[in-house]
Amino acid sequence: MTTNPTASRHTRVFGLISLFGFALVALLGLFLTEPDDVQGDLVRIIYVHVPLPIMAYVGFVVGAVASGLFLKNRNPFADLVACSAIEVGVIFGVLTLITGAVWGSPSWGTYWEWGDVRLVSMLVLVLLYVGYLALRQIPGDADATATRSAMMALMSVVMIPIVRYSVDWWKNDTLHQQASLTDGKLEDLTLFTLLLSILVFGFFFVWLTTHRFRVAWLEHQIAEVGLVDAIAERRAEAADGVQAAIANPGGES
Amino acid sequence: MSTVHLRDVVALLGRFPALAGVNLAIDPGEVVLLQGPNGAGKTTLLRVCAGLIRPTSGTAEILGYNAANQGKQIRRRVGLIAHSTGLYGDLSVVENVEFWARASAVAEPLATALEAIERLGIAERLHDLAVDRLSAGQRRRTSIAAMVVRRPEIWLLDEPHAGLDQSGRDIVDALILDAAAAGATVIVASHELERVGRLKPRAVTIAGGAVLSAAESQDDVAEDDVAEDDVVEDDVEVSRGS
Amino acid sequence: MVREALLIAGKDLRIEGRSRVVASQVLPFALLSLVLFAFALNANRQALRDFTPGLFWVAVLFSALLAIQRAFAIEAADKTSDSLRLSGIEPAAIFAGKTIAVVVQLLALEALLLVGVLIFYEASIDSYPLLGVTALVAAIGVAAAGTMYGALIAGIRGSETLLPILLLPVLAPVLIGATRAFDDAFGSAAVNGWAWLVLLALFAVVYLLFGLLSYGVLLEES
Repeated sequence: MTTNPTASRHTRVFGLISLFGFALVALLGLFLTEPDDVQGDLVRIIYVHVPLPIMAYVGFVVGAVASGLFLKNRNPFADLVACSAIEVGVIFGVLTLITGAVWGSPSWGTYWEWGDVRLVSMLVLVLLYVGYLALRQIPGDADATATRSAMMALMSVVMIPIVRYSVDWWKNDTLHQQASLTDGKLEDLTLFTLLLSILVFGFFFVWLTTHRFRVAWLEHQIAEVGLVDAIAERRAEAADGVQAAIANPGGES
Repeated sequence: MSTVHLRDVVALLGRFPALAGVNLAIDPGEVVLLQGPNGAGKTTLLRVCAGLIRPTSGTAEILGYNAANQGKQIRRRVGLIAHSTGLYGDLSVVENVEFWARASAVAEPLATALEAIERLGIAERLHDLAVDRLSAGQRRRTSIAAMVVRRPEIWLLDEPHAGLDQSGRDIVDALILDAAAAGATVIVASHELERVGRLKPRAVTIAGGAVLSAAESQDDVAEDDVAEDDVVEDDVEVSRGS
Repeated sequence: MVREALLIAGKDLRIEGRSRVVASQVLPFALLSLVLFAFALNANRQALRDFTPGLFWVAVLFSALLAIQRAFAIEAADKTSDSLRLSGIEPAAIFAGKTIAVVVQLLALEALLLVGVLIFYEASIDSYPLLGVTALVAAIGVAAAGTMYGALIAGIRGSETLLPILLLPVLAPVLIGATRAFDDAFGSAAVNGWAWLVLLALFAVVYLLFGLLSYGVLLEES
């Protein structure tokens, strides 16, 4: 499998578990579980819509932990783990927003409901982390970019509870009480499917992040090799300089 | 013991290896002329010595501190004159020099600042003018005054004579000689060889981010030390584990 | 540390006193945005009065971006950022000093905007203490976060366009909290403004701690 250098036995295991897991969740979620009393078949989207933001938050937190490690020991490995986890987290965050809109359309009659504090805070956080990705895009000194990004990842993770509570409070302040699904009783099979789905999404998250990390690691490797070449080239320049100096002693070239 | 001791120093500007394995040892009280073509790495070398750039690999020991993790200790002990002035254009000459004196916790900042400004020969009518309104030469003098008040142990001067008139150049030369006599290390990167030649410096030539030749200093340098650091052509193994 | 912080703050404010960039460009911009909001809301008196707190704080945040950019432009112009690093001043003191200077400028900005909404939007004030404390605490939070992000992107080319996208999402909770507190202070909505101050204070404390503990990490890279 030389054509697929980011895969390994471990990632294949995670990939396969994810694949079978998703098939099982689809079977359970779409066919075997009962429709909701109020929402009917619409409720089936929770098997996707609930795990997604959890994994997004996992990505943000993993990114912050790795960033902290990077600032501590300056290991590029940690920096690349951070950027991979956050990138995957942003993707899951965006998918949360999309599935939220898809769900919102039939159940509230609108794609966007400002009363849904979870979605509103996810929107703010996704925008926050899009800024992180923008910061990473900036060309320049790799070490400086890594340090700046790591600081931002740490500051951003602290924003998660602040954004969450401010938005939550903002809405509750103005009477709009949002009934949460988890308030109601969930049937056993529904609950099982939901937990299973969260677990499967966890495997999927690890699989995606590992692949993303390996791509980043290869890029890092290439840059390192390029650096060795660049230093050799630069030293060749110096050798030319020696000859010039011999030809023209004491002179300014 | 060397005040500046560089071993196989590689330093990057972005992805470009501005320094590709520099070996150099400089003693206290030495005046070193750093010469070499444009883009040779002179400015980067000075910034590494100032503790402003961490070496990517190799070791840079400045005043006994390791530039990799003791940049802070290095920075507060060195002075750097760079291409940009490092002055606040909206503030006056006196305000600038006094601010930098206060920033480095110099005793009696105002008196020290005025003394340095006088030493640099800046006319009194210019003292309260905003730096932005000065000529390039007067700005450079102010910039040097702002460095002198800090009494650095290492003077890193990047083209210090640029833009200065004859009297300004003489003043700078006198300052350099005084500093060296007082035990400070002075590294001057310059194209004005004739000018700097009067300071009887030890010439170090760099090109392509490496030292080509570092003539022995006039002072007593431990022989083996120089011999070891003088090596030019041997291939530098770039170890990278940052 | 306190001496150094005041030195930096005094220097920044003195530069502003000489160049008057904030006074002659940012303050008029803030007033201009109040006028534009009135046009956007079709100069509907009721709407303007109802939304005074929100419009006020949006104007503050946008103007604050400019003030923060200015605070870092003065260090970038002639590479004084290098000189600051060489001076041996504690990074925490640089952070505190720059934050203090921005707070002072934001307070001036808020005072002007307050006069603006009183005149243009016919706002009336119910609670002066709540108004004053909110203005101060929010300014500290905005300045502290702004100083962190300003340093985060200092030295990056094109940082002017980067600052809004990085900083505005961070300031979203401040906008919510300060608007709510002002709702109470202006009497435009029945909420407990003092409770929202807790959020604003928490935000300010978080960013002050970040800055005081880790500003050096950012300065190393600029």
